Amino acid sequence: MAKNIKLMQGNEAIAEGAIIAGCNFFAGYPITPSSEIAELLSSKLPKTGGVFLQMEDEISALGAVLGAALGGAKAITASSGPGISLKQEHIGYASMSEIPCVIVNVMRGGPSTGLPTLPAQSDIMQAKWGTHGDHAIIAIVPSSVNESLYETIRAFNLSIKYRTPVLILTDEIIGHMREKVVVPDKSDVDIIDVKLPDVPPEEYNPYNYTSGAVTPLAPMGEGYRYHVTGLIHGETGFPSQKTETIKNAQNWLIDKIYKNIEDIEKFDEFQTEDADILVVAYGSTSRSTRQAVMMARTAGIKAGMFRPITIWPFPEKQISNLSKRIKKILVPEMNMGQIILEIQRNACESQVYGLNVVTGEPITPDQIYAKIKEIAES
Amino acid sequence: MIKTKFDYDKYLRKNTLPHIWCPGCGDGIILKALLRAIDKCEYPKDDVVVASGIGCASRLPGYVDFNTIHTTHGRALTFATGIKMFKPRLKVIAISGDGDALAIGGNHFIHAARRNIDITMIIFNNYTYGMTGGQYSPTQPLGTYSTTTSFGSIEQPFDACNLAQAAGATWVGRSTSYHAVQLEKFIVSALKHTGFSVLEVITNCHISFGRRNKMKSPVEMVKYQKEKAIPIRSAENMSDEELAGRFKTGIFLENTDKPEFSSEYRKMAETLKTK
Repeated sequence: MAKNIKLMQGNEAIAEGAIIAGCNFFAGYPITPSSEIAELLSSKLPKTGGVFLQMEDEISALGAVLGAALGGAKAITASSGPGISLKQEHIGYASMSEIPCVIVNVMRGGPSTGLPTLPAQSDIMQAKWGTHGDHAIIAIVPSSVNESLYETIRAFNLSIKYRTPVLILTDEIIGHMREKVVVPDKSDVDIIDVKLPDVPPEEYNPYNYTSGAVTPLAPMGEGYRYHVTGLIHGETGFPSQKTETIKNAQNWLIDKIYKNIEDIEKFDEFQTEDADILVVAYGSTSRSTRQAVMMARTAGIKAGMFRPITIWPFPEKQISNLSKRIKKILVPEMNMGQIILEIQRNACESQVYGLNVVTGEPITPDQIYAKIKEIAES
Repeated sequence: MIKTKFDYDKYLRKNTLPHIWCPGCGDGIILKALLRAIDKCEYPKDDVVVASGIGCASRLPGYVDFNTIHTTHGRALTFATGIKMFKPRLKVIAISGDGDALAIGGNHFIHAARRNIDITMIIFNNYTYGMTGGQYSPTQPLGTYSTTTSFGSIEQPFDACNLAQAAGATWVGRSTSYHAVQLEKFIVSALKHTGFSVLEVITNCHISFGRRNKMKSPVEMVKYQKEKAIPIRSAENMSDEELAGRFKTGIFLENTDKPEFSSEYRKMAETLKTK
């Protein structure tokens, strides 16, 4: 069968990926540079039996997404920096209550209103630590328009499989760039659907902290009546302040992600086999990095790139292993130094260098190559 | 007519009791009226969603055997809107206190009213933030005391029913936890209405509000409700002076002409399908 090739914008690819994944609910609030996702889904969803809602603010947008998800929807919202700050309240609620949802952050410069139309990668740590309290999160950083589509499908799958909010962190560059996309047929991609629990309602508990298996979230209105709360709760869903329950619930929120890291992690390596210098780059910065690695190779410097696609949970093991044989690591980021902290923590045997560009412009291959050269000569 | 005792057990999650409400609190009276009203409407338990925010009143969903969501502070209507739009066949009820509904949740309140989405919202108005120890709320009457208005409140209070009507709600009423029979009737009427229905219920918090305003017992607070409540029709013939310090009870608005949001959305989606 001929491939379905289209020229698409990054934000459009996310909307397209969501529809392929079976998304049937969107609620959002207008914000640059993510608004195209809302605009496209506002015309697609009503035609496919889904619901599009423009809510009164960012907080209510995620609230509506979670309400719909409790009804069994595959639900998504999209925003950017300041909007994601407002959404943190309900990101925490989704974590605590284990409600699947996908949250897109088309990153722009900050803090506050910052740079609405210019790119940044400055919400990486916010994605992990933005909401209060201990919890784990899944965050994905696509680096192309094509990858945005496929990673959106994977985000929906992970959110349902692990009953967790999944963040997609693109940036203004990926979101607004147009590129070739190979649009898959639904039958060509793995899709995890919302399903009813395999136990009858009288035996159903909405939570399970000890078996290691994630309990499916029963869609409300199908005979499984249960309680959902943002308070610490036991396996029945009702609030509890018993020390044993608190401990189990807190551990579970972390363990269900970290004990399944091999299923959740995804990364890409480019010329790392014989590399003397490793560049760890993600999202749009990885595109310049690839070019810079090739420039370095031409100049006789053995550089390579490690590119996390799942950024949270962080690929600690991979970085630690690479650090055993590559002694110099460069981390270019469009922020003042965020993921470099994770690299320093895990690459104990390497010298770690940062390249931080926060000018509202992409980091160029030349800038990265110049830094690689400087490190090689040091 | 033989009057049989109403079987509350049918709807209560007895293993979650005792509830957290203080002895003498009015919230239990509203809970019971709500259960009797739902029973009268004959909604199957599986088809009822009860969403709440944060606060004393918002603990109600935990005690009742429906699909229940205890959400974040002020946000019950956002979850309620999401699930109603996704599964319009469900009967969605939002439970909120005065601070929850009108302060932190004020924006969601006016926008749910504007959309005229088919949700019944019951506001438990006890004039205070009871759970956090009795700070002043946006409905607290002028001149009354709280832990954050030690010199008497100088802020103008909201009238939840006026606000709901101005924002576009299509069923608006007020009752009290003293008028339990009327309350049940009003809840039935609100539930049966298609559109955004808002029922404000004046309830008593003698612990956090009454104690600081010369009504330290539940009896004094219930007497206050009984004496200060003026049915709409009686209020018509009263002067502003006579109405000062009192509140009107009754059904202020029942408008069935305005289109309801979730059904309008389905209608639009249907026309797109046939194209």
